[in-house]
Amino acid sequence: MSGTEVKRSVVAPGVRLGQVSFVWRPWLVGVTLLLVAATFLVFCLSIGVGEFPIGLSRVIATVLGGGERVDQFVIMDLRMPRALAGLVVGIALGVSGALTQSIARNPLASPDILGITGGAGAVSVFLVTVSGGAAAAVESTVGLSAAALAGGLGTGLLVYFLAWRRGIDGLRLILIGISVSAVMEAITTWLLVTADIKDVARAQAWLVGSLDDRSWGEVRTALWCTLVLLVVASCAAFQFKPMHLGDEVAAGLGVRYTAVRAVLLLCAVLLAGVAVSAAGPVPFVALVAPQVAMRLARCPTPPMVASGLVGALLLIGADLVARTALPIALPVGVVTAAIGGPFLVYLLVRANLR
Amino acid sequence: MSTECITETEAGAQGLARLAAKDVTVGYGGRNVIDGLDVAIPPGVITTIIGPNGCGKSTLLRTLTRLLKPSRGTVVLDGEDIVKLRTRDVAKKLGLLPQAPVAPEGLTVSDLVARGRHPHQSWLRQWSSDDAGVVERALAMTGVSDLADRPVDSLSGGQRQRVWISMTLAQGTDLLLLDEPTTYLDLAHAIDVLDLVDDLHESGCTVVMVLHDLNLATRYSDNLIVMRAGSILAQGHPRDVITAELLDEAFGLRAAVVDDPVGDRPLIVPIGRTHVQLDQIP
Repeated sequence: MSGTEVKRSVVAPGVRLGQVSFVWRPWLVGVTLLLVAATFLVFCLSIGVGEFPIGLSRVIATVLGGGERVDQFVIMDLRMPRALAGLVVGIALGVSGALTQSIARNPLASPDILGITGGAGAVSVFLVTVSGGAAAAVESTVGLSAAALAGGLGTGLLVYFLAWRRGIDGLRLILIGISVSAVMEAITTWLLVTADIKDVARAQAWLVGSLDDRSWGEVRTALWCTLVLLVVASCAAFQFKPMHLGDEVAAGLGVRYTAVRAVLLLCAVLLAGVAVSAAGPVPFVALVAPQVAMRLARCPTPPMVASGLVGALLLIGADLVARTALPIALPVGVVTAAIGGPFLVYLLVRANLR
Repeated sequence: MSTECITETEAGAQGLARLAAKDVTVGYGGRNVIDGLDVAIPPGVITTIIGPNGCGKSTLLRTLTRLLKPSRGTVVLDGEDIVKLRTRDVAKKLGLLPQAPVAPEGLTVSDLVARGRHPHQSWLRQWSSDDAGVVERALAMTGVSDLADRPVDSLSGGQRQRVWISMTLAQGTDLLLLDEPTTYLDLAHAIDVLDLVDDLHESGCTVVMVLHDLNLATRYSDNLIVMRAGSILAQGHPRDVITAELLDEAFGLRAAVVDDPVGDRPLIVPIGRTHVQLDQIP
C-alpha cells in the first residue's frame, strides 16, 4: 500500500497553453462540439420553416452573412428574432437549471420547482389582469418583461431567505420552493378567475410560454442580459467544483461557499427571470436540459456549457415541432411540458429506487 | 508570536504548537458549547479528542478548522489569528475531513482526489503537472490507485474513507484534522483506516481527530484530549491519562483499565450491570 511508483497515469491528463492550464476531457469536449453543431443545425432548420419555406443551405449562407436580398429580409428581419429568442431562452434556462441543481445537489431543484418561474408568472399575470385593462403603458411588452424579471427575482430571494437556517440545505430549498411555487400558482389562478375575460385570454397565452411575435428589441435585451450573466457565472464557476462535495469539504478546500453560492444562485434566478420575461414561463426545459447534458457528457454533475446547449436545442426543437407537427401552431410550452412531464416522473422514480 | 504564553499547563508544548485555541468561547445560536477553552496541538503527533456525546469535541475540531467562528478568543495557526487569514491560505496549511462526507453519484475516485488540489489552483491555472503528480502520490499513499477510475459510490465504506483521506492529502498540508474518520465503519475497516492515519503520522503529518471508540483512541494516539461539558478534563499520553477514575469522571463509565496484551498502552474494559463476574474486577 505504500508503493510510490505508479505504473500508469491514473489521473486525468492536463493541457497547458502558456499560463492557462486545465484538465483535458476529450469526451466532454467532443459532446459539447457535437451539441454546438446540432444546435446550429436546428437553429437554421427552424428559420427555414414557415409560410415561405427556405432551404437549409440558403439559410446557412444567409446566417453566415451571405445570401440573396429576399432571403436576407425574410431571415434576418422576420424570422431571426424568433429563432434567436429560442436560442437565448434555451441557453439561459439550461444554465440556470444546471446552477440550481448543482447548488442544491439535487436534480429536482430547477427554477420551475423552486418557484422562480411561478413567481415571474404571477407578477406578470397581475400586471395583465389587474392594471392591464386600464394603463396603456404597462400593456407594452417591456413592462411585462420587467414584471416577469422582478417577480422571478423577488420569489427567488423569498425562497432563499425562507430556506436559510444557518446555511442552505438542498432539500429544504426544494421543499420551500415547492410551497412558494404553489402559493404563486394559487395567486395566478385567483387573478385569472377574477379578471376580465379578454385579459384572461391574453394572460393564458403568455403563461403557456411562447416564442411568437418576438421583436429585435426584446431579443437584443435578453441576449445582452444573458451574456453578462453567463460571464459572471463562469467566473464564479471555478469555485464551484469543490462545492459539489458539500459545504464543509468546500470550506476545507478554501472556498467561501456562502458567498459563491449566493452569487451563483442570483445568476441562476436572473437567468431564469430573463428567460421568462422573453418567452413566458416555458416549463421543464431548465429541469430536463442539465440532466440530459449530464448523461450525454457522462459527468457526475451538470456541465454548464453543455446544459445551456441542450436547453437551446430542446427549446428550438420543441418550437419547431410546435409549429409543424399539427395543422394549427401550438405554443412551445405545450411541447416542452409534454417532454418534461414524463422526464420528471422518470427522475422521481429513479430517486425513489435509490 | 512565541512570546504569547498560555497561563495553563503544557507550556512547553505550547511554544511549538502550530495550532492552538486561546480562551475560545463558541456555540450555536446563543448557547455556548465551549466556554473559555485553551488548547494547543503538539506538532508531529496524533492527537485525539475524546469525550461523551455532546461534550463539544466536534465543536472544538470545527473551531480549530475555522468552520465555526468563536464568539470570544482566537485560534492561532502558525502564529497567526486564523480568522484574519484568507480562506485559501488556511486551506494550504490545514487539511480537513468532515464527518461522513458525500460525493455526487458517479464521481470517480481520481476526480474526487483531484479536487483536493483546489487551494493551489486558479481560474486560469486549473490543472498542472504538479497537480497530477501530487494526486498520484496521494492515491498511492492511501492504497487506492487501483480504484482511480471507479465511482466513489460503488466502493465499500472503508475504501471510500481511504479515498476521502486521499483527497485531504492531495491538498498537500502536513496538518490534518479528521472528524470521526471511522464513523459507520466496521471494526476491521476502522483499524485499516487508523493504520493509514498512523502511516501519515510516520511520514511527518500532524493529525488531530475525533474518535468515539476509546480503545482505538488509546491505541492510535500519542496525545489524548479528554473533554466533558465543553472543557478539557485531561490531556497527555494515553498511558498517563487513561485511568478508571478519569473514565468515571468523564463518561460516568465504570471500567477496568488493564495492560493491553498486544500493545504498550492501557486497555479499557467496560463494566456494565450484567454479564460481569464481580470477583474478577481488578
